[in-house]
Amino acid sequence: MTINNIKELLGAQVLCGNENLSKDVHSACGSDMMSDVLAYVKDQAVLLTGLVNAQVIRTAEMMDMLCVVFVRSKQPSKEMLDLAEECGIAVMTTPLRMYDACGLLYSNGLTGNGIPNV
Amino acid sequence: MSDTLTFHFDVDGENFTSAGQASVQVKKNLRQLGFDPETIRRVSIAMYEGEINMVIHAGGGTADVTVDDGCIEIVLSDTGPGIANIEQAMQEGFSTAPDNIRTLGFGAGMGLPNMKRYTDYMHIDSVVGEGTTITMKVNY
Repeated sequence: MTINNIKELLGAQVLCGNENLSKDVHSACGSDMMSDVLAYVKDQAVLLTGLVNAQVIRTAEMMDMLCVVFVRSKQPSKEMLDLAEECGIAVMTTPLRMYDACGLLYSNGLTGNGIPNV
Repeated sequence: MSDTLTFHFDVDGENFTSAGQASVQVKKNLRQLGFDPETIRRVSIAMYEGEINMVIHAGGGTADVTVDDGCIEIVLSDTGPGIANIEQAMQEGFSTAPDNIRTLGFGAGMGLPNMKRYTDYMHIDSVVGEGTTITMKVNY
């Protein structure tokens, strides 16, 4: 799935990083807890979140992600978008809620890594 | 790599928004030095968690990164309140972070365990009321 496919499936608005739209991604994760993203995520290129602060972008950067999707029409600040531009991360916002956004992407083939944490 | 490289950063404790800047810079430096992505990721995540910890708990501190033959060492030092019970602090889910930190996406008690998870060596030297120094090493 490309990042542009994600945009279309989620009816999302791209706020920065248009140059990433044609890039392919193979898995995603959804979380409002950045520590969990840092702990458990591996090779997921897309982060869906309802949390809006600069640490979301930095966390995505640490995990080498290509795209951050804000759910429930949340709007990142200009400062966050500047940071994302600098890191080469595409940022979009969707009116969908977290569960629906994740479900749509999953049912269209963009899964997580499938590894349970016990 | 024959020469030892060192990077020093002051971590501002006043501003949560800027937390992580040093780690982002280290990541850039390691990328420029041609390190493999997995090593870069391990170093930058461990350091990032440590930076966040210093901002949340200790009012900032310093970060020193040394790139040596076969090993990258990260030393994070602060003069904060110290860690009363290190064993407890190392347990996943144990946190003393205030509630407002949780609304920022941190404070879930994953910081120190994550730092250990991503490094080959980690040592915590802490004195209550004086401060904490954490030394981490990532072999490459």
